[in-house]
Amino acid sequence: MKRDYSLLGEDARRAVQSGLAAAEWYHSDVPRKEMKAFMAREDQPAIRDTIILFGAMATLAALGVALWPSLWSAPFWLAYGVLYGSAMDSRWHECGHGTAFRTAWMNNAVYQIASFCMVRNPVTWRWSHARHHTDTIIVGRDPEIVAMRPPALFRIVLNLFGILDAWNGWARMLLNASGRLDPEEASFIPESEHPKVIRVARIWVAIYAATLAVAVWTGSILPLMLIGLPRLYGAWHHVLTGVLQHAGLADNVVDHRLNSRTVHMNPISRFIYWNMNYHVEHHMFPMVPYHRLPALHDRIKDDLPAPNPSMWHAYREVLPVLRRQLAHEDYFLRRELPATARPYREDFHAAAAGNAA
Amino acid sequence: MTDWIDACGAEDVDAEDVIRFDHGGRTYAIYRSPEDDYFCTDGLCTHEQVHLADGLVMDHLIECPKHNGQFDYRTGEAMRAPVCVNLRTYPAKVEGGRVLIGVAS
Ligand code: FES
Repeated sequence: MKRDYSLLGEDARRAVQSGLAAAEWYHSDVPRKEMKAFMAREDQPAIRDTIILFGAMATLAALGVALWPSLWSAPFWLAYGVLYGSAMDSRWHECGHGTAFRTAWMNNAVYQIASFCMVRNPVTWRWSHARHHTDTIIVGRDPEIVAMRPPALFRIVLNLFGILDAWNGWARMLLNASGRLDPEEASFIPESEHPKVIRVARIWVAIYAATLAVAVWTGSILPLMLIGLPRLYGAWHHVLTGVLQHAGLADNVVDHRLNSRTVHMNPISRFIYWNMNYHVEHHMFPMVPYHRLPALHDRIKDDLPAPNPSMWHAYREVLPVLRRQLAHEDYFLRRELPATARPYREDFHAAAAGNAA
Repeated sequence: MTDWIDACGAEDVDAEDVIRFDHGGRTYAIYRSPEDDYFCTDGLCTHEQVHLADGLVMDHLIECPKHNGQFDYRTGEAMRAPVCVNLRTYPAKVEGGRVLIGVAS
């Protein structure tokens, strides 16, 4: 069946009609008292991680600048780039949810910086991400589906270097700065927020203009190595981890165990990704801060499909599915539940389940 | 005219917490603040009709479990996107260890 991913298209209309949009989703049972403890907020873990992150960025950038233009500066730029173009993705995400810190202004400050680095308008993307949580991988409703069907593999490869995402972000920034919104974004952002979208875009244009001016004035791309370009040369890690969130799994279902994936990762990737490798848990309970997701995973793992033990293992699972989807876009991977789990609601997911691996 | 409806026992709600109360085809949320004052609002978030009683109370804010929108539950004021529309509030009082909420009759 041909899928129409437009938010204004045929599948969008069908999702609303069939009740798939804004539906009631499955949750593992966790008593309220325990869930409150999981949801509780604190500042300390995120303050520590933010000091490490910004401290590392400042140090790596300083070394990169000091060694510029020698090739010896390359490793420092590569590391700086990953923190700018990938770690900022997860900071954008967690602070957008408002769960990273307990203190609101801290969430907002990091959210604004991370949004700038990732070239995602902080107002627009707050709304688009809300839709991603309401209608996760519902075709025509979710604006954040990375691996559409059939999967645009070339597009994903280009995005390892930020080529499409960042360029689209900059093009959108210029559109917004001119006082206009794209019709799709206007479909999910309330009108009262439109002026905020435009204001942020104009501030960003001013920052990029100043950076470009310094580059021209000094006759060097060094200022762009610090601001802007790392969104391209450091994007690969967030794409590598992000693809695993939902790719190859079911669409149009209302159980995150069917459409999201939890993957065990090494500690460095988990720092960069701020524990979003616990992705089923995050979608089921988006109020739980990143630093409690491992504990939440332990608490509900008997109700979830087994996590992939590594990124390598996950890719060995995902890539053959994506390859097969090139020819058969209805094909997907259905992950088995342990005997201890509450079963999937087959009646609800009959249409999707028919094509499972 | 306000009808005072018996919603729950005062001890049924923990301090800095919320519970759900359904009555007359509507759903309400009953809050107990850290200072042991009681408040009542509509039970569903104004963004996407999600039960706020599954959310998190922090000081005088209720955070919605779906997209982390926040309201001040004392006034119903929408405090954090994606909520933009204020929440309706109802008077609440404690009498004889019971929480009563005031609903227009
Ligand atoms: S449903 Fe409450 S914030 Fe979206």
